[in-house]
Amino acid sequence: MSSSTPSLRPVDAPVTSRLAGDLAIWFVIAAELLTFGLLFVAYAVMRARHTQAFDEAQRQLDRDTGAINTVLLIAGSWCVARAVHAMQALGPAAGRATVARWLVAAIACGSGFLALKWHEYALKWAAGIDLSTSDFFMFYYLLTGFHFLHVVAALAILLGLLALTLWRREPASLHALETGAAFWHMVDLLWIVLFPLVYVMR
Amino acid sequence: MSARRLNFVFVLLLAGTALTWWLGDSGWAERAGTWAVLAMFGVSVVKGTMVVLDFMALRGAPALWRRLMLGWLLGVSGAIVLIHALAAR
Repeated sequence: MSSSTPSLRPVDAPVTSRLAGDLAIWFVIAAELLTFGLLFVAYAVMRARHTQAFDEAQRQLDRDTGAINTVLLIAGSWCVARAVHAMQALGPAAGRATVARWLVAAIACGSGFLALKWHEYALKWAAGIDLSTSDFFMFYYLLTGFHFLHVVAALAILLGLLALTLWRREPASLHALETGAAFWHMVDLLWIVLFPLVYVMR
Repeated sequence: MSARRLNFVFVLLLAGTALTWWLGDSGWAERAGTWAVLAMFGVSVVKGTMVVLDFMALRGAPALWRRLMLGWLLGVSGAIVLIHALAAR
């Protein structure tokens, strides 16, 4: 009988999973995604029923503007993620200046998105295109307008976080920053589906 | 999540956006029909997955939330492609 060395089985490291930000914001995000998801599918169904009319109306959209807006939202998301990373790495107090810089960059991207979108709306209104023009434009204003309002809300959250970071004796906590970041990223995620759906799909 | 990884994801997201824009601008989206729709929403799923896992930091989050977010992305994108394919038949 050969003696065998008892094998040392590594003890699995405890699995730690953590949800970034407040649980409440994740329920808000879930509700928002559900609402937008239904609107996206409703658009797809209406488009399938009136393909030619939707395609003709879609030609009046500026795809380049939509693409630039996608880049602005993605860049904003990256800046917010870098702000969170800076606070994780440096801490709320030491990382205050770096976090503020990334938040300012994200706010600039979000503001650029709103300005460009507003310019797009202004051109449409000047051309006499509104909600009642066609089913396509009803959906266009509904989907992009609802999303626009969410970008406004996300920007207000980022401005609040920036104010907390810059002017309060105690800077914004990591928990607060992650909560605001989660909402901002949701706005980006929605546009990632909205852009090909409304601006590109034929 | 390292800063390097976040930068890498950002570059990939920009590349994905450029690809989606090109699909429309080149006229391929019109010519290829459902294949083009499948390609552009495939890109959206990849981009959305990176946003969910890396930017939203759900990679290390409880599986329920990760599955919920990725399930939404796959479900909505899949439904859009399926509806387009059925209408094109």
